Amino acid sequence: MSERGGAPGGAREEILARMRRALEGASEAPPVPREYRRALAPGTDIVAMLVDRLVDYKANVHHGAAAITDALAGARRVAVPVDFPAQWRLGTAEFVEDTALTTEELDAVDAVMTGCAAAVAVSGTIMLDAGEAQGRRALTLVPDHHVVVVRRNQIVGHLAEALPRLDPGAPQTWISGPSATSDIELQRVEGVHGPRRLDVVILDD
Amino acid sequence: MSTDAPAPRGDLVPAASLIPADAPFPKAAKVALGMPQLRANLAHATGTIRAKRAKVAGELDDWERLRDTAAAVKADVQRRLPELAVQFEANATAAGAVVHWARDAAEANAIAARLVREAGADEVVKVKSMATQEIELNEHFEAEGLKAFETDLAELIVQLAEDKPSHILVPAIHYNRTEIRDIFDRRMGDAPAGLTDDPAALAEAARLHLRRRFLSAKAAVSGANFAVAETGSLVVVESEGNGRMCLTMPETLISIVGIEKLLPSFADLEVFMQLLPRSSTGERMNPYTSVWTGVREGDGPQNVHVILLDNGRTGVLADEVGRQALSCIRCSACLNVCPVYERTGGHAYGHVYPGPIGAILAPQLEPGRHDDLPYASSLCGACYEVCPVKINIPEVLVHLRQQGPHAAGERAAMGAAEAVMARPRLWRTALRAARFGAMPWRRKGYMRRLPWPGSKWTVSRNLPVPPKESFRDWWKERDR
Repeated sequence: MSERGGAPGGAREEILARMRRALEGASEAPPVPREYRRALAPGTDIVAMLVDRLVDYKANVHHGAAAITDALAGARRVAVPVDFPAQWRLGTAEFVEDTALTTEELDAVDAVMTGCAAAVAVSGTIMLDAGEAQGRRALTLVPDHHVVVVRRNQIVGHLAEALPRLDPGAPQTWISGPSATSDIELQRVEGVHGPRRLDVVILDD
Repeated sequence: MSTDAPAPRGDLVPAASLIPADAPFPKAAKVALGMPQLRANLAHATGTIRAKRAKVAGELDDWERLRDTAAAVKADVQRRLPELAVQFEANATAAGAVVHWARDAAEANAIAARLVREAGADEVVKVKSMATQEIELNEHFEAEGLKAFETDLAELIVQLAEDKPSHILVPAIHYNRTEIRDIFDRRMGDAPAGLTDDPAALAEAARLHLRRRFLSAKAAVSGANFAVAETGSLVVVESEGNGRMCLTMPETLISIVGIEKLLPSFADLEVFMQLLPRSSTGERMNPYTSVWTGVREGDGPQNVHVILLDNGRTGVLADEVGRQALSCIRCSACLNVCPVYERTGGHAYGHVYPGPIGAILAPQLEPGRHDDLPYASSLCGACYEVCPVKINIPEVLVHLRQQGPHAAGERAAMGAAEAVMARPRLWRTALRAARFGAMPWRRKGYMRRLPWPGSKWTVSRNLPVPPKESFRDWWKERDR
């Protein structure tokens, strides 16, 4: 404990004491207003909106399980989490299950295919939380092409509707389009360190 | 870096080295204003981002309500900081993280260096982080024989150029694509032959340069955009995937987090993750956001450390007006709208936090230094208008001006003015004298150069000519 600054006279106690001293006599903070939207206007076509946002980010969007083959775009070796549903393993690709694949093995596959935990229409965000059919974080990071299968009932309109669907204790990755940068003259360029190609397949329930 | 330091290899001169080190803002600004390429680059980049931000912020009809909530959440965090810090520590520890506390930069750097050595590493990959810039972690590591590799594209550019960041979000904003091409070509070592200044080609070069390093790194250093007390989670918001690489691939992850980054609950992200990307890069959402909570077996780093950093923050907390600077989420929207920042760039501020937010944060984090920065503003208020957490920057600027030291000449002038204004007849006479004295400039409307000591004022501003008739005279006439 002492090496972490927890001992009496250590950093932890001193910082906490400084905070308390700084706040001596401070009045209570006023209550937090929560008047913002938590959902989109009723009747919004959230699937169309999600597609619009994804296309804006230069992701490719497909509809229906039959389009999985198109989304794989000729990838020969496709990494999948071990619990990836058999009915989505379509086409002639070799599906390599992630039974603790090494970094080199992950780097050598042509694509990775996973499910997701939720998708947010208004911002075009696909959320992974290491749950069913999603696997670990390295799986969706090292391969250069990520195919995500999104079921219709996983799509919500607003960020506030998506957060309760996530496991806050699990590692999460929120993905809004392929890897990009705006660091050169603040112009967005797709394709840096993360997967440079993102394909999203939307399935009806 | 001082001006007489020899220019490094080639004829690349780091932009920051052109500004005299530790120069007061007016002097540094004057040097920066004399660089036409810098001004052109800044005007182009800030203009682009201003338009993008305005568009995506305008898409949300509840934008003002989100700002109100964010400001209130941050005020609540400040009020409950001791309780939330302890709650975060308990939850992160329960999830397998090791939480450390650092009173200042030296302590944070020493802890980080020790952890890197314990991981059996002599180099780290880094996620872009303002906290590590603030504590000069890279310089400290170098002095200890450790190497820190920046992986964010803009930070990489700055590191290769041996320069300093000039913007919170886009540290290389002062370089255009051609200058970046030259930096890569001469300094990267493995830049592709025939590299063009096409941004896509430059991004590709960065990918190739860093990929091996990412896949083999043993340890990484990051900051965090948010630290959630309720769950013990950290959140990093990024674009390129370099953040995901650093946060996922190495065995050891060390995150240095300012104590003001705390949020009470995971659900608060529904507010801040709408405001931050739209305010910073002008996107509806940034490409990648990573959230992690301690250690997850078989997924990512198995040695997870968090260093909670004070480094002057509790001093800021003690100032009732100034503490709102701790609400900052480092979006940099205030830099992009600031007429002063747009013309001088970030280096002139002489601090890791430039622009309007730097003008209120730097003098508070390091009391007694940067006392000139609260004056680096015209108080136009554009920064307050765009701030996603509603920091009243002009209010804090004026507050700090009042608290800061005042030159003897200024005090004497103000004392004299007070004496005159307190005596109505004397005041009337003084006004008449001023009107008479200013007659030759009446048509022009302003005076450019006053004789000493008035020259102290006119050296950087014009003095308007007093009106033909004073308000008091006009009022008297009107009564008749």
